Amino acid sequence: MPHKHNNFNEKEVLHHIKHFLPSQAPLKDFIHHNTLHAYQNLPFHQALHKASTLFGYKVYLQLDEYRQLYQDGQIKDSILTRTITEQKGIKELNVWKARALNDPYNSNLPSRVGSFRNQWKALYKVNLDKKTHPIIFRLLNNYLDQGISIKEFPLVQHGFLSSIKEIERNSYVSLFKSERARMLFLKGKLDIESLLKIVVGDSEYFEQYLFDQQFAHIGWSGMVSFLEDNQGALLDQREIKLSDLIIFELLLEIDVLDSAYGENWRPLGLSVTDNPNPLFKTVEYSEFFDVLSLWQEAYEWSYYNDVLTGIKENTKRKSIEEATEFHALFCIDDRECSIRRHIESLSKGAKTYGTPGFFNVEFYFQPEHSKSHTKVCPAPLNPGYLILEKENTQKRTKAAHFTKHAHSLLFGWLISQTLGFWSGLKLFFNIFSPRISPATSYSFRHMDRQAKLSIEYTGEKIDGLQVGFSVQEMATRMEGLYKSIGLVDIQSPIVYFVGHGASSINNTHYAGYDCGACSGRPGSVNARVAAFMSNHKEVREILKSKGINISEDTQFVGALHDTTRDEIEYFDIENLNGAQQQAHKTHHAIFLNALDLNAKERSRKFILTNTNDLPKTVHDKVKLRSVRLFEPRPELNHATNALCIVGRRDITKGLFLDRRAFLNSYDHRIDHDGASLLNILKAVAPVCGGINLEYYFSRTDNNKLGAGSKLPHNVMGLIGVANGTDGDLRTGLPHQMIEVHDPLRLMVVVECPEEKLLDVVKRVPQTYEWFENEWIHLVSFDSNTGNYKRFKKGEFIRLDLINTEIKMSRDMMKEFEKTDLNLPVMLLEEQSA
Amino acid sequence: MNFPIHIFLIIPFIGLIVSFLIPSKKEILISRLAFYTAGITLLVFIGFIITWLIQGHPSINIAEVVLYRTHGYEFVVDLFFDKISAVYLMVGGMLTFLITIYSRYYLHREKGYKRFFSTILLFYLGYNTTVLSGNFETLFMGWELLGISSFLLIAFYRERYLPVRNAVKVFTIYRIGDVGILLAMWASHHLWHENITFAKLYNYDLVHEHLQNHSLIGVIISLGLLVAAAAKSAQLPFSSWLPRAMEGPTSSSAIFYGSLSVHFGVFLLLRTFPFWEQQTSVRILIGLLGLSTAIVTTLIARVQSSIKSQIAYASIGQIGIIFIEVAAGFETLALIHFAGNAFLRTYQLLVSPSVVSYLIKEQFYNFVPRHKHIEDSLPKKIEYSLYILSMKEFNLDHVMNVWIFYPMKFIGKKLNFITLKNVFYFFIPVYVLGMVMLHWEDLIPKSIHNVLPTIFSFIGLAMVLKSFSERRSPQLAWLLLVMNHFWVALAISHNEHFDAEHISLYLSGIVTCGILGFYALSRLKRLEPSYFDLNKYYGHAYEYPLLAFVFLLASLGLMGFPISPTFIGEDLIFSHIREDQYFLAFFNSLAFIMGGIAIIRMYARLFLGPHIKTYHETPYQSS
Repeated sequence: MPHKHNNFNEKEVLHHIKHFLPSQAPLKDFIHHNTLHAYQNLPFHQALHKASTLFGYKVYLQLDEYRQLYQDGQIKDSILTRTITEQKGIKELNVWKARALNDPYNSNLPSRVGSFRNQWKALYKVNLDKKTHPIIFRLLNNYLDQGISIKEFPLVQHGFLSSIKEIERNSYVSLFKSERARMLFLKGKLDIESLLKIVVGDSEYFEQYLFDQQFAHIGWSGMVSFLEDNQGALLDQREIKLSDLIIFELLLEIDVLDSAYGENWRPLGLSVTDNPNPLFKTVEYSEFFDVLSLWQEAYEWSYYNDVLTGIKENTKRKSIEEATEFHALFCIDDRECSIRRHIESLSKGAKTYGTPGFFNVEFYFQPEHSKSHTKVCPAPLNPGYLILEKENTQKRTKAAHFTKHAHSLLFGWLISQTLGFWSGLKLFFNIFSPRISPATSYSFRHMDRQAKLSIEYTGEKIDGLQVGFSVQEMATRMEGLYKSIGLVDIQSPIVYFVGHGASSINNTHYAGYDCGACSGRPGSVNARVAAFMSNHKEVREILKSKGINISEDTQFVGALHDTTRDEIEYFDIENLNGAQQQAHKTHHAIFLNALDLNAKERSRKFILTNTNDLPKTVHDKVKLRSVRLFEPRPELNHATNALCIVGRRDITKGLFLDRRAFLNSYDHRIDHDGASLLNILKAVAPVCGGINLEYYFSRTDNNKLGAGSKLPHNVMGLIGVANGTDGDLRTGLPHQMIEVHDPLRLMVVVECPEEKLLDVVKRVPQTYEWFENEWIHLVSFDSNTGNYKRFKKGEFIRLDLINTEIKMSRDMMKEFEKTDLNLPVMLLEEQSA
Repeated sequence: MNFPIHIFLIIPFIGLIVSFLIPSKKEILISRLAFYTAGITLLVFIGFIITWLIQGHPSINIAEVVLYRTHGYEFVVDLFFDKISAVYLMVGGMLTFLITIYSRYYLHREKGYKRFFSTILLFYLGYNTTVLSGNFETLFMGWELLGISSFLLIAFYRERYLPVRNAVKVFTIYRIGDVGILLAMWASHHLWHENITFAKLYNYDLVHEHLQNHSLIGVIISLGLLVAAAAKSAQLPFSSWLPRAMEGPTSSSAIFYGSLSVHFGVFLLLRTFPFWEQQTSVRILIGLLGLSTAIVTTLIARVQSSIKSQIAYASIGQIGIIFIEVAAGFETLALIHFAGNAFLRTYQLLVSPSVVSYLIKEQFYNFVPRHKHIEDSLPKKIEYSLYILSMKEFNLDHVMNVWIFYPMKFIGKKLNFITLKNVFYFFIPVYVLGMVMLHWEDLIPKSIHNVLPTIFSFIGLAMVLKSFSERRSPQLAWLLLVMNHFWVALAISHNEHFDAEHISLYLSGIVTCGILGFYALSRLKRLEPSYFDLNKYYGHAYEYPLLAFVFLLASLGLMGFPISPTFIGEDLIFSHIREDQYFLAFFNSLAFIMGGIAIIRMYARLFLGPHIKTYHETPYQSS
């Protein structure tokens, strides 16, 4: 969209800037999202080219990296050939192949943003950022601080700008060095336009100047913009607007220029001799980016082709139907992909399912003694329910070392001579024999398993939220859950709802490790609530009337899987009867065994852990990762994710996907009107797509779109991290989370007739964009014929697989010991009895 | 007791040298080397300390390891061990050992893994050298090692702008503190007429007798030491460097800036306590400095909303109290306080990332919108003023700029007339003239001859200042620095008659490093003609790490890095400055200090910072 302003429209310009700023929540609510969400209205490659030209982001791997992948065989020649042929035509094949493989390109590209405002340096020899940033960052951080500083910001009630104004007015010490800026601040008409007239002069450049200015510190600008739009995002609420920040920054710029030149300087827009390159000028075609996009496609399809071939061959295999021993429902999370495989390999009668880990029950959770509640369902939902924890038996322990008294003069004097030596010991013990401590963020601590939950509605309401669910409301949720995963006949003695969470210490991004479907919290409460609902007699009756059969001998059990420590905890097992207890014992042994195997599988990417040991030994070492202060990678989270498979487990059971797939159970034969599929896709696009693209861009440009190495990070006001003391907030994911990630877009494979899928996809406008513009690849799979179709430009087109051989593997444990790199798609050989 | 305490220097030294030889890909080998180096040193030390305690903890002095001897001059490494060294070695040894284990995992896969451990070992060597030093020369050696290893650790993330800028800043402040030690060294040469050992300072009568006759020089020495101690321990007015030093990986920030490095000012005071013990005014001054620092930094700490800067300022506040304790003569209390503070701050920094989940959970349960504070009871106007003042760190950062950087830049700008051309057409002929005069110095009137050394050393200083503010040509800047040393040599030659060997030792180092550095610069210019000036950071280390290393070596040599010929030469030259030549001593030490800063600035601008080329991901300026 071309933006040409002769008259400055403040509202429009602010809106425009906010659109492009990162929108990342404060640390406590880390939620994955597409880093380049602002460009989603454009086709993927076009968007990337634009983002790169405007803001200098790296959006692909480097050309040499692609070429190396090609040399290594990870990008297949046949796929590259096909990609070029499809896009450029067979005639041009040789030309483009030569370009891709050999031609030199100048990749030393400038970015447009900043070029205009940088002229201050050339014209006036002042480095504005160096002077203004420290004071702005400090003010913002002190104002928004959620609890680090001892003496809080003296005044916060009136909003950012007014509070500062009040303080400035009543202080002997000024924030400014020169008189004009101070007077403008205290007495003048404070609007962006009149300040820009002083600083920039020519209204044609106003917007560009503001972009340059705000994109010099996108971390803080993004945070301010996010807080403006999400009033409740902070526990200790603050009112702030992006326009406040801009006004204050412009004043400081005037201040800096005034104190260097008096008032004898001309506005930048009137001083520049050659016209600046407009930021939003059309991006011209670039052969270099064209080549990169070809490589990226070839890279992705080289992998997808294996996956699709694998699924097809796997579906063809006939497996022997075993009687169901137990059911287990897991989150769709890619980290649960492997544990399901291990459980199935250990117990032929285990049937596992994948569904978003909030188990279709949306509510806020309030632990006992807490002052507020927290959302435990997908972020976009706004539930009207509250679940209270009661009779908590856990004790919350405090960590003396976080006491702020240590920072005061006299207490500090005492503390440093007493606690000081104690710290030395603590450090010693943490290094040689680490344990879970109050500083650990521990998933099992989210809810006390001994405590009671108020799940059934008894007429109570708190803050406009209904406490608990009525029977009918429970039934509706359970019906939706079972129908969406295609589980409508349950005869086994136990069904497990396994939520998941993570544990870590010294991890500022801890919220990003828990369940994404529970707003970055562990899924324990949801699993327990869902189990309660399904166990409810009246609920079961309603379910029966809806065609969902549950045997009277079936009991549902909530559980939590800690993905970092590979531990499991069950809730309310005292409700099991004798036979069920017995069965549970057997299942528990299987779970434990599977967890060991899972730890061993995970350990192959932890280079400092010896994978070759026995699973149990490896597991013990893996557990340590969650409690060691010096472990920047407690687990690898969603790294390497690339797939989302929506369909029956039958098509993927026995297929090795290396923890790279989100698995959502779905049976199109039950879902006649596509309602379930609609809900699944509505969640898959933003949740899985968001995770995938955040990993993608944090990997391709860890400096500008990611948070860089976490080792030098400094916690700012409990809301974000920065490098050192003077740095801007860092957005995106730290290097330690993405270093082993391959930047591939998500491919969603749906086992469903294409007509139905097409119909469903078109019904949801907000997610349609993701598929239409290929931010996510969408493929339909017909399990009867084994045919795939690919969604392109609004329709499903033929997708032919290129012949490739899928390896059979007898013993995966041996494979895990071989390499720390990604393993290929493999078919697991069934061990015949 | 006969114990070779050299071993605590030799083990880290061997570790350091071996670390250079290990290929940077071999993570396990590197971390193991660091582990064993620190571990063995610690073990031997524990064994040693037990025997030492059994023997009734005597003070040990090991003198006369002569590194260099020539006619009329010797460079002596002298070691001294007592209670103070014992506590410092123990705390340092334990923390360094723990951190090497910690960092083995923490830095796993980090670019610069080897660089990190080599720097840690370099730091450890400097730490032990300083702690065990028995005279000022040895102490200064350790001091310089600490300075350079600090620079390298702060600039560990050398591809980003802020770490590099802050590293240069901290290095500069360290270096300024070094003027104090240099002057104290020079003055004490003349006070004692020998390389005084610390052991001898414990001789009350000896100190008393010398001070009585030279009370002014005594005060100069004490003030020099105080400036050095204040700079190193981030006391007023230098405090603002400490939070800015927290740019490296948390583990290194924790032990260096949280604990070890920052307590060296305290060490220097403890070590020289017997010397200024008898100067009441100095003791009062130290106590007042500690007190005002403690108050000001506590106020600043209270308004910090970032966890590391909060810990940094709180730590400085405690060190302020330690200064008071030292001034009051409570040596044991100060030592306990030092150890406790060091452990506490290290641990607090190491667990600082956990503060998010911990405090947010705390808040979830115990949220109180606003706490009551002592400041709330003050009148609004005072409360607000105090808040703004504390938030602006009492303008300390600005004060540093105004006092130190602006004058240097200002003078440098005034020297813009110095170009490559008039170096050739004016300064070289003047230099030749100076040499000619040296040959026929008898013909020059005495009054003129007396001021010649000062004039020549001033010309040298001017060259350094110009080099510092030079923006266009790195080669010119480098040449000017080399030439400074020639001016110094000329000045000293006019000052006293001494062995030509002294001059040749001094200049041999300069010439070698000068040529090596010039070669590195020329090569870089050939490779990157369009990105070769001193206007901004270019980050060439990204593409030419080896060239960067070569230039760094040449730079260290030229700036008089310990036991390089230049270092010994500098010391030697200083010994030829007479007691009454304050200006000469001042110009000379200033040129020495500023030369080091100018060199580091050059190295930083050319090789560090965000890489100018954008074919790979590059960080924001604000990160």
